[in-house]
This record gives sequence, structure tokens and C-alpha cells, in this order.
Amino acid sequence: MNKKLVSAILCGAMVLGSVMPAAAAGVGEGQKLAMVVKSAGNAFMELAAGAFKETAEAEGATVEIVYPEAPTADAQIKVLDNLISQDFDAIAISANDVNALQAKLQEAMDAGIKVSSFDSAPNPDSRQIFVNQAGTVEVAQALMDAVLDITGGEGQWAILSATSQAANQNAWIDAMKTIMEEDDKYSKLELVEVAYGDDLPDKSTEQTAALLQNYPDLKVICAPTTVGIGAAAKYLQDNGAECKITGLGLPSEMKEYTGDDKACPYFYLWNMEGLGTLTAYTTMAMVAGDITGAAGDTYTAGELGDYEVVEAADGGTEVILGAPMEFNGENIEEWAEIF
Amino acid sequence: MKEKSLLKKITGSREALLVVILILLFAIVTALSPSFLTPKSLMEVLKNNSVTIIMALGMLCVMLVGGIDISIMSTAALSGMTIGMLLKYEKISNTLLAFVIAIAIGTLCGALIGLIISRADVPPIIATMGFMYIYRAMAYLVSNGGEWAGAATLGNYKDFANKSFLGVNSILWIMIVCYLFFFIFMKWTRTGRKIYAVGSNPNAAEVSGINVKNIKLLVYTMMGFLAGLGGAVHVAVYASAMPDLQQGGEMNVIAACVIGGVSMSGGRGTVLGALLGALILATITRALPLVGVSALWQNMIKGVLILVVVVVNVILQRIADNNALKGREM
Repeated sequence: MNKKLVSAILCGAMVLGSVMPAAAAGVGEGQKLAMVVKSAGNAFMELAAGAFKETAEAEGATVEIVYPEAPTADAQIKVLDNLISQDFDAIAISANDVNALQAKLQEAMDAGIKVSSFDSAPNPDSRQIFVNQAGTVEVAQALMDAVLDITGGEGQWAILSATSQAANQNAWIDAMKTIMEEDDKYSKLELVEVAYGDDLPDKSTEQTAALLQNYPDLKVICAPTTVGIGAAAKYLQDNGAECKITGLGLPSEMKEYTGDDKACPYFYLWNMEGLGTLTAYTTMAMVAGDITGAAGDTYTAGELGDYEVVEAADGGTEVILGAPMEFNGENIEEWAEIF
Repeated sequence: MKEKSLLKKITGSREALLVVILILLFAIVTALSPSFLTPKSLMEVLKNNSVTIIMALGMLCVMLVGGIDISIMSTAALSGMTIGMLLKYEKISNTLLAFVIAIAIGTLCGALIGLIISRADVPPIIATMGFMYIYRAMAYLVSNGGEWAGAATLGNYKDFANKSFLGVNSILWIMIVCYLFFFIFMKWTRTGRKIYAVGSNPNAAEVSGINVKNIKLLVYTMMGFLAGLGGAVHVAVYASAMPDLQQGGEMNVIAACVIGGVSMSGGRGTVLGALLGALILATITRALPLVGVSALWQNMIKGVLILVVVVVNVILQRIADNNALKGREM
């Protein structure tokens, strides 16, 4: 009952938050926006789509969420065809393929439709902007601070990653190492090993066991991968280990292990609702002509605050949502129901 | 004199040699990392490799008739994912029922493979490659396109792997029962011996009145049974069902059999050999991160060790065969 109340209040606050400025300005007044998601039945994506719709409608826009019939680029091309022939002002898309949508999306842009992307970016030529849910530095900073907090400021810690070639994980790990070197407050932390569980439960369990046996004083394992964090959490909790786990995980997978007296005090994942909201404001600002999607553009995204468009690593432009979202003993129950 | 006979004994039996290799491995790993040889650590080795250890039995039978099955982990994923989803959406809550459902699905999957291979005469590698994709795709379909069933949604089922009966862990019980059954079945039952006969010489077996097709159907069905069980065990041990579970794991099962002296061309191999092969593989997997081998080198060393064990095994088998021949001449 409490949970329901809390979420009702949260929802209320969010709606209010977005309605209030709408009464004054209504950035999206009269705009017709479409969001193309990856496929139907993805709870994770549904959060972003829901927030997008809610935010844009509160700002006076009409919104259509479009679901391709399959999670493929082909299916997205079909729905894009349809959208281009109608008079939409903008399309926000989560691309099922980096390059395959280029022709269609360029056709859309030629027809005067603004093309923004979120969650999964098409190549720079296929979009005007990308809304990035997980800036490398932001994720690394959150994880580093979690390690600092859980160790109590000093001691041994280890990383349990996916595969040694995983691009995302390696970028985060490198960024974590840089952060650790640059600030003195991390100087008493000792990163003893980066282990690779290959995103397999058995190998991740094996690596966790080896870490504990080899480093009896290990205080924290940081696993920036959903399979790794789950397997390690189960091992640590089953064995009543002193060592704690944090990292990036799925709330529904981590519910059993998250809380102050559990293996995982707290962990992170992107805020998909925030992503939907930011995508809505970004798209509306483009249609309204406030921004063009070029690096250096600045705008206000309602409650989320001010944002600046920056260069993306792939040569296009992007806007980064911010720090990932924390899941802890307080909110895990609620989020585990959602994804 | 005595020394010679001991040497002869070791070279005379593959299993004895594998035991020596296993003891040697244990000694080396324990010397490098003393915490390896504790009951808790050994229990973890068994639990963490339980799926491979259990399925090695089925692969033994399949390989004995000269076949191979690379669809097993897809079957495991389909059965594991199905019970994961059933538990998640509260269609069932009973642990035993979950196991029965997983095994039933696995058995059906295996029987279908067996029918295609024995009746349509499709080469096993091709047939099971097809089913590897089919069953894996079905696992994804069952999971609503990639949902997971996490620990919190599995109810009582998630605690099963931590429970003990008569002081022995539940997962260990499953392994013991499986191995006892197959040990007796392969050694002392008529059907068990027929499997060997079909593998050694299919034509001779056919002529002597053995229904080769039905024996083939049987081994793939048994493999399916164990794959279904393996899927359920995986979900229990890791308290989590995901559609990509054990992807690539079939190679571990085949490697365990090969290390255990099971011949790829059929007819040769024992239950004890499969067990020892699986244990050697499990020890290697456990030991590499423990003794501080860098992650990038682990697969390389695992591969080299598998080859070394197999080559040593083959050489000694040849010596044993020669000895046996010598004995016959005299």
C-alpha cells in the first residue's frame, strides 16, 4: 500500500512538474511527434516511451508511439515509410541497426522532419541528435563513488566485467581508472584485479569465488554488467561474505540481493524514464527551432534542468542524460516490478 | 616387479590414468592455492559444473553410438526458461513440478532429434545444428523476447540448490543418482550393452537382431532428458533463468567426454571416464583464475590442457592396446 502511495505521489509530482511550465510556455504546442521504438514487449523501452509521451503531451504536442512488428531494421524501415507519408514534425528513434536506416532517415530529414534518436544511435548521417542515457564518464563516476562509499574510503576492490573485448565495459573501466588516479580521495583504494566472467553465470561465479579466495580482505566487487552482478551477488549472499557487490544491474534480477543487510547495498542503471523525458524536450526544442542539434546548442529540459549538445564519439552530436539511477533497499521493490 | 605391475595397471586402464591426472591436478592446484582443497571449495566446483557433469552422461551415450549432439544447451535453455517463466508468472510454484516439466520438455526435444536422426538418417551434427537454432529461438520466444526470471521471482525454487538432504546438497544428490543409474544401466542391463554394440559395429549389431534405429532414438531421448534436467539445475544453481543460458556450454560437455576417453567414432567410453573427464575439466576451470592466470590466457591454457590430457590418454591407450595384443599372442 505504501509503495502504491509513494509511486502515486511520484507520478503526481512528475506530471505536475511537467504540467506547470506547460501552462506558461507549452514548448510543444501544436507539434506532431512520433517515437519509433525497437520492438514491442520491451519493458525497459516502454518506460522511455511512456515518459516521452507524457512529457510531450503535457507540453501540448500530439504523440504517437510506433512499434515495429519485429526488432529488426527492416521492420523499422516499414514504419518509417508510413510516418514520412504523414505530416509528422519529428521522429525520435531507437535504431535496430547503426547503418541500415540511413537512406530512410535521410529521406525523412529531406522532407523536413526532425530526426532525433535515443537509447541506440543510428550513424551520424542518419540523425540530427542522439540522446545518450549513459555517458561513459557519468557511469564511471557513479560506480567509483559507490566503491569509495561502500569500502568506507579505503581497502581492496576488484572489477568483475563481461568479456575482455566488451566495448562498453572497457570504456567504463578505463574511465574508472582515470578517475581513481586523478583524485586524491580515491588514493587509499586498491584495485586488485579486473576479472572477466564473459557474461556467463557459471564463469562469473567461478571468478567471484577466485577473487574471494585470492583476496580475503576484498571489500567490494564492482560488476558493470547485468549477468556478472547477479551471479556475484548470489555467490556473496549464499556464502555470507563480508565483501559487497555494486555495479550495473537489472532491478528485477537484483531484488533478492539488494538492501542494507544484503550482498548489494545499492547499484545503478540508466534512468529510462529520464531518457524518455529528455528525448521529448530535445525533440520539441528542435521542432520549435530552439536548437538545431549542433554541438554547443543549449536548452532547458523542464525539471531535468539545462543541457548542452556535445560532440559524440562517433562524429555526430549527442546530449548526455546524466548520472545513472541508483537502486537501493528503498526503491528496489517498486522498480523490480517494472523491469 | 611390483612397480612394473602398477605401471601396467595404470597404462592398462584409461580410468586409472585419468584418476592419476586428476590427483596430479589437485596436487598442483593445492600447492599453488591451498584454499582449493577445502570441502566448501570442492562443493562449489561440483555445483558450478553440475550442468556439464550431468549432461556428460547423455553425451557419453550419444557418442557411444557414433553420434554427437550440439543442441543440448538450447534444449536446456528452452526447458530452463519455460519453468523460469512459469514460476515468474505464478503458474506453478512447486519445485518438484518445475523439475518434472523441464525434464518432460527436454525429453520431447530429445525424442524429436532422435526421430529425425534415426528415421530420416540425417547426420547427427547437421540435425542437432538445426535444432540448436530452433530450440534456442524457442527459448527466446518463451521468454517474451528476452525477459529474465530473476531470483526474486522464482519463489521456493531459488533455494533448492542450497538445500541439503541427509547432509548432502540437493544438487549433489541429483548427480549421484544420475551417475549410479547410468553406471548400472550401461554396465549391467541389456539395453546398455546394446548401445555399446551399436557403437562398436552397427552392421554387426543390426545382423544380431538389435534395432539400431530404436537404440539411436533412445540415446538422443536420454540426452534430451538430461538436457532438460540440466536446464532445471542451471536455473536452481544460479537462481536465474535467461534465454541465453549455457550458450556455448555444449563444447564443455563434449570436451568432458573426450577427456574422459570417450571415442568420437563410437563404441568406446565409460560412465566413470565421463565423470573423471568432467571433473578434470571442472578442476581446470576452477584452478585457472585461482592460481592467478590472467583472464586473457585462461582459454588458451584451458585448450592446451585439454589437448595434452587427450594426447597423453591416446598414447597410453595405444600402449595398452599393444600390451593387450601381446597378451593374446602369448
